[in-house]
Amino acid sequence: MTEKDFLCLTPFLIIAIAPVVIMIVISILRNYRVVYGFSVVSLLIAFCSIFFILPSLPHTIEPLLIIDIYSMFFLGIIFISALLVTFLSYDYIKQLEGVREEYYIIIFTSTLGASLLAVANHFVIFFLGIETLSISLYILIAFQRTKSNSIEAGIKYLILASVSSAFLLFGMALIYTAFGSMQFSVITAALVSHDPLSPLVIAGFGMMMVGIGFKLALVPFHMWTPDVYQGAPAPVSAYIATVSKGAVMAILIRFFFIIRGFNNHYLFIAISAISILSMFVGNILAIRQKNIKRLLGYSSIANMGYLIIILLTGSNKGIQASIFYLISYFITTLGAFGVITLLSTNEYEAEKIEDFKGLFWKRPWIAIVFTLSLLSLAGIPVTAGFIAKFYIILEGMKAGLMFLIISMIINSVIGLYYYLRIITMLFSTASDAKLPELSLIGNISLSFIGISILILGIYPGWLIDIIVKFVNL
Amino acid sequence: MILIYLIVILLAGAFFAWITGKRNPVWPRIISLSALSIDLILIILYVLQSLPSNKDWLIDLRLDWIPAFGISLHLALDGLSLVMLILTFFLGIISVIISWKEIDSKVGFFHFNLLLILAGITGVFLSLDLFLFYFFWELMLVPMYFLIGIWGHKNRLAASNKFFLYTQASGLLMFISIIALYFVHGHATGSYTFDYLQLLGTSMPSSTAMLIMLGFLAAFLVKLPVVPLHNWLPDAHTEAPTAGSLILAALLLKTGAYGLLRFIVPLFPSESVTFAPIGMLLGVAGILYGAKLAFAQTDLKRLVAYTSVSHMGFVILGVFSFNELAYQGVVIQMISHGISTGALFVLVGQLYERIHTRDINKMGGLWEKVPVMGAMGLIFSMASLGLPGLGNFIAELLILIGAFKANILMSCLASLGLIAATIYSLRIVQKVFLGNKNTEWKMNDLTLREKVVSASLVIAIVWLGLFPNPVLNTAKPALLKTLKNQKEITFQNLVNKTNNAYLTLSTQPFLTTKDTKKVPSTQSYNFNSLCSLRNP
Repeated sequence: MTEKDFLCLTPFLIIAIAPVVIMIVISILRNYRVVYGFSVVSLLIAFCSIFFILPSLPHTIEPLLIIDIYSMFFLGIIFISALLVTFLSYDYIKQLEGVREEYYIIIFTSTLGASLLAVANHFVIFFLGIETLSISLYILIAFQRTKSNSIEAGIKYLILASVSSAFLLFGMALIYTAFGSMQFSVITAALVSHDPLSPLVIAGFGMMMVGIGFKLALVPFHMWTPDVYQGAPAPVSAYIATVSKGAVMAILIRFFFIIRGFNNHYLFIAISAISILSMFVGNILAIRQKNIKRLLGYSSIANMGYLIIILLTGSNKGIQASIFYLISYFITTLGAFGVITLLSTNEYEAEKIEDFKGLFWKRPWIAIVFTLSLLSLAGIPVTAGFIAKFYIILEGMKAGLMFLIISMIINSVIGLYYYLRIITMLFSTASDAKLPELSLIGNISLSFIGISILILGIYPGWLIDIIVKFVNL
Repeated sequence: MILIYLIVILLAGAFFAWITGKRNPVWPRIISLSALSIDLILIILYVLQSLPSNKDWLIDLRLDWIPAFGISLHLALDGLSLVMLILTFFLGIISVIISWKEIDSKVGFFHFNLLLILAGITGVFLSLDLFLFYFFWELMLVPMYFLIGIWGHKNRLAASNKFFLYTQASGLLMFISIIALYFVHGHATGSYTFDYLQLLGTSMPSSTAMLIMLGFLAAFLVKLPVVPLHNWLPDAHTEAPTAGSLILAALLLKTGAYGLLRFIVPLFPSESVTFAPIGMLLGVAGILYGAKLAFAQTDLKRLVAYTSVSHMGFVILGVFSFNELAYQGVVIQMISHGISTGALFVLVGQLYERIHTRDINKMGGLWEKVPVMGAMGLIFSMASLGLPGLGNFIAELLILIGAFKANILMSCLASLGLIAATIYSLRIVQKVFLGNKNTEWKMNDLTLREKVVSASLVIAIVWLGLFPNPVLNTAKPALLKTLKNQKEITFQNLVNKTNNAYLTLSTQPFLTTKDTKKVPSTQSYNFNSLCSLRNP
């Protein structure tokens, strides 16, 4: 490996070394604050190293990795989300019974897995990334070992993830059979003659879609979502909802555009069907939910349904729209789950909608951030979610996907109904329940999230210009 | 820049009202009052010095917002928006004054929402960029949702949900139409922009234009409201607090009418002519159905809400008549309906503050106790029924004359609405203030604050009824601009329908003393005068 290879791998090296160092630190001195501070610092350094390596891009590390600006965007989003999740989990994990500091080790390993997905150029890295991410998530979801909910969620995720990984592997094997190589760039070269995809490739991609669809919580691979979101500790739900989905989305977009799946009739129908089903199932099943974490789980199914439309646009602009949507979706989801995290303690998880009754009159700032997140998920102007939805509708209409856009609009209205229900609950007369005190770090991160939602909603031009200028697959 | 200041002052006022609300409930009221007064004075002063003018737009401001999509911050003022803005700020001040005693909990947040709604309405009346227009259109929704949902009456949650879902769904349809228009224009000319002035005159196949127009219409018809999409209105108006009902009835409904005038007619000249018969039919249906339902109500506020449906039917009737008289009637109707129905809602609010019921079966014979309130009620009921001397008469007269030129049957049916209006308006006065006393109420007459509010509304409606000319003259250039494409189209249709021979004759100059040989036949003379009658 050359010197330039190592330079471009800096973020990954930092994320890989950090858990090892934490392990050593824990064995010497088990202090929550030290471990926490170290993780925060490492994540910050990793994020800054992205800008450090920008001039050397794009760079391919044959035959496994391709490090270009597209992946840097995703790395940036993943690191910031991991950082925000770390900020939000300070109080939550501090109160955990049993071991606490190992949580941060696992956050790093899962972030490493997620980052690998963003730079994958080879099926092996694809699988390695997904498996590292999944196995770390098994541990994170079941982290509250004294709560049966948590362990049940962990086991469900373990079994379903393993099965779907098996499908993923089989699909990869079929595509390997078709092309003779597992490397994406070789596959791109093999497809340059615009031949229609052979049934082997379609079957292979279909099986891969099982694995990918599971991770993205798309219908019909979505059954784990509400249970896992409910059972997992709140910051871990935030992590699953953001980082794991974003990373898989990165590789899915890259791979789908490489095999030019949008030109293929069967894949087009399959992805459209998955998208429409996800939108409707996610929104309709969320209407009757009384548990906010489950509701947010279903709403994330719907949101991924909206995002999958981008795959079918088949243009670079679609990819740019999806990056903006992911940024807005990450911030919004972290806001919503952040509020839930900050209001939960070890004894009592604030997951029922009644727990938020009258929150505005007791903790106005958190209620505002929550309201902004919900309005952003609903796609109301002034929030980032509106600009993101607008961008997707724009690109979708440009590509002529009218049916999907109309379903998206209908589902936005359905979604609005249950978001409004929660917002109404926030503003109704307060109950007398005691709320936990809020930490400074939690407040600051929530403020950052709230302000970002507003800024991206009112003046998104700067971010859109950056994305448009640099992202070209 | 003044246009941005108008909106920013309201937003700043909203923010300050919220944070001072916790200290002292008086502060938010004073801050909102001053923000609105500053805006009113600014707009009157600035424009008085630039009127009269023949420019298309009195003030025009354009800044870049999201250039990647062709979205700009394009705000512009013309006569129509000027008149609507003055109405907005005036009624905004009234709504702050009437909530002075009515809202006593969470006052800061109330005024925050109030000012945000007014900022949204101001933006709607000013924006010339379609994306910005949609942005402000939606901005009006969320604070109004909170206003109804937090400070409303018993069934407020259902009412606010219905209001939001209806308006949001129709707004999303408009959003898709806006984006479709963006693409159609982009494909045709190569420049992708959301700017209204550049989107005017986009050439598109008629079926596409019809679909896009229907999308826009969905939003405006729900907002107006037009039967059968009016279901949200009675609930929202009834359950909202008084200031909320005032702003809903007087201003929010007018944004729908404004949208028709500003967007539907200029952007889709021929398709709106095609839709006109249906539009007028819906208008007449609204007038008669709204009046019938108004007569049947026992809840006073719901009664007044249905009168809104009825009066707004006149608006859509006028808009689809496509002549200047009707449009001037529409503008006066927008203003006078805002004032008279707003005043009626104020009245209901004042009554509710005293007797805590809106059931007219429990009222009756109140004139003895509250003569001043009774007098106000009488004046505004007369306004609602269209008594000459008050603004609504001018409006309905102009609309009916204008509609008569376009479609005789519809205007005759609409005139029946005047009779219906008389019935329900007199019912208000008779059941509430006159007649037998159903319950003995102890109540005070209007306080000084309430008298000031009612008096200013009376002055406004009487002034509008006796001297409508300033308003008409201010709005005239804007309305002529709206009809610019329209006149060519209808004249074109007219000409194409007749013989080609008449075409040459109709373009002949008037008879001069030199052209004694070319005396036009009596037939063509009649045609000439017929032309001038149809296109004043």
